[in-house]
Amino acid sequence: MTDQTPEAPIVRIRDLHKRYGDLDVLRGVSLDVTRGEVVVIIGPSGTGKSTLLRCINQLTRPDSGRVWLDGVEVTAPECNLNEVRAEVGMVFQDFNLFNHLTAIKNVAIGPIRVLHMDRAQALELARYELERVGLAGKADAYPGQLSGGQKQRVAIARALAMKPKVMLFDEPTSALDPELIGEVLEVMKKLAQEHMTMLVVTHEMGFAREVANRIVFMEGGNIVEEGPPAQLFYAAQHPRTAEFLGKIADLYGDEQGSSG
Amino acid sequence: MIPNLVEFWEMIWPNLGRGLIVTLKLSAGALLIGLLIGLPTSLLRVYGTRGMRAAATAFVDIIRGTPQLVQLFFIYYGLADAGLNAILVNLGFPNGFLVLEPMVAAYVALGVNSGAYQAEYFRGAIQAVGSGQLTAARALGMTRLQAILHIVLPQALRLAVAPWSNEAAYMVKYTSVVSLIAVSDLFGEARRIMSRHYNQMLMLPLVGLVYLAIVLLITWLMQHVEKRVAIPGVEVEAQRA
Ligand SMILES: Nc1ncnc2c1ncn2[C@@H]1O[C@H](COP(=O)(O)OP(=O)(O)O)[C@@H](O)[C@H]1O
Ligand SMILES: [Mg+2]
Repeated sequence: MTDQTPEAPIVRIRDLHKRYGDLDVLRGVSLDVTRGEVVVIIGPSGTGKSTLLRCINQLTRPDSGRVWLDGVEVTAPECNLNEVRAEVGMVFQDFNLFNHLTAIKNVAIGPIRVLHMDRAQALELARYELERVGLAGKADAYPGQLSGGQKQRVAIARALAMKPKVMLFDEPTSALDPELIGEVLEVMKKLAQEHMTMLVVTHEMGFAREVANRIVFMEGGNIVEEGPPAQLFYAAQHPRTAEFLGKIADLYGDEQGSSG
Repeated sequence: MIPNLVEFWEMIWPNLGRGLIVTLKLSAGALLIGLLIGLPTSLLRVYGTRGMRAAATAFVDIIRGTPQLVQLFFIYYGLADAGLNAILVNLGFPNGFLVLEPMVAAYVALGVNSGAYQAEYFRGAIQAVGSGQLTAARALGMTRLQAILHIVLPQALRLAVAPWSNEAAYMVKYTSVVSLIAVSDLFGEARRIMSRHYNQMLMLPLVGLVYLAIVLLITWLMQHVEKRVAIPGVEVEAQRA
């Protein structure tokens, strides 16, 4: 049950600051993520959760603060960001599949263009990754021919094909019809069981409770409280945490009783 | 009457045919020049630095905001200006460097003009693809150039087929202005025949029909291209949205 290991953290974030104009989006966020850990980030919208994830693969450059990935400082000016991003999988709320490519080519294009993998080998890898997310039968379908849940699973396969050290999920089920959320969460749960290191921004409290090793509650650009699910759900130290979790339960329904 | 008409047709056909070929060459050439100008301009407008964006925008606005005929005359008569020529000779350019052949001036004027319009079509298409896919490509580790080449452009070019086919159809008709700088295109040949035979009521509808036939042919061809390059599922999705 412990998330303490002697190993160095695979993601290390120190005192991250980011502002857009007058808006202080991140106000000194620090966070360590251990290899194989599943960290769920929760918090009200506009709190800087997406910005925090995007600072890890440097899609957003922070104003100050440092980020290390597997010991390499990605905020260092000489760091090759394309190499860093190749090692970090990212899954977006809106899927962002490449609409002109079939599912299998969506998954294969990263290994082909970025890892310079041989085409046949990349397609074989892509087929394997599609199988992992349960979409072997949809290899030749275009994104426009897939349901939202299928699209998101292709997007997960696309990220997995790069053999990432960390997977970042930014509200992966928020754009889905309720009946399609389960299939995506199932895939994510499976990844967690395979010890993939994951940072997940989500409002799916059932998933957080069941899968997270640690829950991080963010508000106003700060981490207000973090700890194992049991602590945050039942013994929150900070009144804001309890208040937010109560609101979420009202909004999305308390899924504690659901089979999940 | 009928034998007369046949005889007349046989007389004018070689000239009209030559003019038609000039019109087709000019249309194709100007469209190609326009493509070579328009596509890079659109990329600069969307992805360029501040300065590049400003320069590309200024080019597009100036060309689209001024009459095509003024542009054509500027290239043909304006650049041939004696004072300008004297300055260029002083700078070491050959004499008559910017004194262009009518056909060359026609290619340049129509091509540059089309470039500005095509830049707008391509810009619209690039922006319609959206930034989400570009971000996803960058998140995979693709460079900006790779993401543009492999993800954005293949989709933008497909989206640009429909406006581009309009541009092609317009171009065929627009080329008729070049008869005003003494290029013997289809309309130029028709004008010459009319000035000799005073048969405007025959020649104008006839030449109009020839333009119409070309435009219909282009429209038909481009519809096939559009269908061929369509991405499966995309129309379905557009209807759902
Ligand atoms: N590129 C940007 N430019 C300006 N403001 C931004 C940008 N990205 C995010 N923001 C603002 O920063 C705040 C935090 O955004 P975000 O990290 O997306 O929050 P969250 O994911 O927690 O909802 C929001 O108010 C958002 O409008
Ligand atoms: Mg967000």
